[in-house]
Amino acid sequence: MKTVEDLKRLREQLHSQVRLRHDGGTQIIVGMGTCGIAAGAREVMTAVLDEIAKRKLSDVVVRQTGCIGMCEKEVLLDIARPGEPRITYGTVKPEHVPKIIAEHVVNGHIVEELVVGKLER
Amino acid sequence: MERVRAHVLICAGTGCTSSGAKQVEAAFQDHLAKKGLEKEVRIVETGCHGFCEMGPLVIIYPEGVFYVRVQEDDVADIVETHLLKGRIVERLLYKEPLTHEKIPSYSEIGFYKKQQRVVLANCGHINPEVIEEYIAEGGYEALARALTEMTPEQVVADVKKSGLRGRGGGGFPTGMKWDFTRNAKGDKKYVVCNADEGDPGAFMDRSVLEGDPHRVIEGMAICGYAIGADEGYVYVRAEYPLAIKRLKIAIKQAEEMGFLGDNIFGTGFNFRLKIKEGAGAFVCGEETALLASIEGKRGMPRPRPPFPAISGLWGKPTNINNVETFANVPIIFTKGADWYASIGTEKSKGTKVFALTGRINHTGLAEVPMGITMREIIFDIGGGIPEGKKYKAVQIGGPSGGCLPEHLLDLPVDYDSLIQAGAMMGSGGLVVMDETTCMVDVSKFFLNFTQSESCGKCTPCREGTKRMLEILTRITDGEGQEGDIELLETLAYNIKNTALCGLGQTAPNPVLSTLRYFRNEYEAHIKDKCCPAGACTKLAGFAITELCKGCSLCKKSCPVDAISGEVKGLHSIDQAKCIKCGACLAKCPFKAIIKG
Repeated sequence: MKTVEDLKRLREQLHSQVRLRHDGGTQIIVGMGTCGIAAGAREVMTAVLDEIAKRKLSDVVVRQTGCIGMCEKEVLLDIARPGEPRITYGTVKPEHVPKIIAEHVVNGHIVEELVVGKLER
Repeated sequence: MERVRAHVLICAGTGCTSSGAKQVEAAFQDHLAKKGLEKEVRIVETGCHGFCEMGPLVIIYPEGVFYVRVQEDDVADIVETHLLKGRIVERLLYKEPLTHEKIPSYSEIGFYKKQQRVVLANCGHINPEVIEEYIAEGGYEALARALTEMTPEQVVADVKKSGLRGRGGGGFPTGMKWDFTRNAKGDKKYVVCNADEGDPGAFMDRSVLEGDPHRVIEGMAICGYAIGADEGYVYVRAEYPLAIKRLKIAIKQAEEMGFLGDNIFGTGFNFRLKIKEGAGAFVCGEETALLASIEGKRGMPRPRPPFPAISGLWGKPTNINNVETFANVPIIFTKGADWYASIGTEKSKGTKVFALTGRINHTGLAEVPMGITMREIIFDIGGGIPEGKKYKAVQIGGPSGGCLPEHLLDLPVDYDSLIQAGAMMGSGGLVVMDETTCMVDVSKFFLNFTQSESCGKCTPCREGTKRMLEILTRITDGEGQEGDIELLETLAYNIKNTALCGLGQTAPNPVLSTLRYFRNEYEAHIKDKCCPAGACTKLAGFAITELCKGCSLCKKSCPVDAISGEVKGLHSIDQAKCIKCGACLAKCPFKAIIKG
């Protein structure tokens, strides 16, 4: 630690350590009801975590939710960017995950062909 | 590859550790591994959240769900339901005592709603043993700013402007103190942190050291730069092993990172910190006794002046502040002196941490802006008095302070209003008392404490407090004499005016303040030989009234067979045999037994 700039750089690098404990950022919500798990929610979740790590995304939190009644469309994956509607994607497979994250989470373009619902905020 | 999606924060403060936090942590490690979640979920040991009554506390992010009184057996459920499936384990949520409403998140809980956590912002939020977490929350930026952008004069000016006053008791303006030491002549100067927290019921300094030690280190280093010192001591009592352990780790990490040591931030400023473990004598919280103790001498005070700012440790100019005072310093330089001065009242700026103990629902630590009322602290944050009992008084400022009765509950709490009311801020220990507490007994308790902690150097304190204690003991034993109250007052004023140090000068305060607000209780003890609160056992008498149905439960419960009577007949108590234990009173289903 030699200069103030060193400290600032270090803080940027370390930000991810405590990021989860603060509000804000984009939320990725995986349906983890019994139906979701049976449809492969675990694999989708793992794919999401891998993709976030690969892209070193820092302003994203991954959460889970229970069954919302649309079991045949599981695995359901919701993306909520700050200030935008919450978009629900259905029948998500692990192979869809990189696309959803690249287009929606990173660039803000909804992947229309997978959408099953939209929740206005 | 970093792919953590959830943090499980487990409180590892002294309170939660003693209620089983370590076992809970081990259970989390075990169950997370079983479910294959150990790479996705990180366990974080934190410092104290203040809500010790509800420990062990577990908080899970990103949801921010707050689980209370978590035991080993609950962990499997939390891992399966919350961490795997994302559902809240309702049964472990906190329930508001009045509405029975279950509250999932930290910020919605009554205990935290009215708090403003500045000093405690990181306590319970970061791992105190990992310097990276402190840095990630903006740690050591205040030191960087002060060292690289400001002159020492500007640093002192900002502390003055912030209005920060000493949090250890007296409330002396911190900036002014720093200025004295800065202007004192000397080639070598010292910074000393007083962590000799000794007031009964006070544990805020311990929690800060345990939960966020780097904040104190940073505050001390800024002080060192401001006054021109290159060496500092933290005087902490050996009864705080966890605080010492975490402080040692923190100092080592800060040295490795270059926040302590030589040429900090390339500015040529050198600062080193040492820990001195105290043996736990209350008088060593007095600054001159503390300095003597660091020097390896017997911990006894000496007359002031000269003040430590002129001649302190080994005769060198020394600045002494309390833990909480130093912990307030960094934020003045990150958020600004004006921001700091916007919190609180006209003459008392910022926040104060209070330790809530005694007859109160939520035992714990609460940080509030200065100027909040005692009613808000005790009833809104503290959850009121248990078992529907009536509030009687709160003792504030420990053995040096005084009590505030019910009609002063709406007093805005700051340094000056408390002095006017005959109490003092002290370190911020609050001992709440209900209708079953005898005020004479309370002042006896505190005087007993100061009397046994008196170092014996000066006569007024050594002899005076002993005589006062004798009188109080005699009053509570039912042997009080006419004139005792006046004698107590005379002794109290003489000790206040002539004792050598703060311990002696403030020792009579609990007696004077209870005499001021509860004189009738003293009179009842002396004249009527009766304790209105029913607490002084030697004055208590139990009697069975006509309401007695003759169930004989009291007879069975009496340990000395003092109760006689036939089944279904009126029972009676043999006063000669009765030891006034109160067992019969607790057992009687018909409220037929009275005490008085």
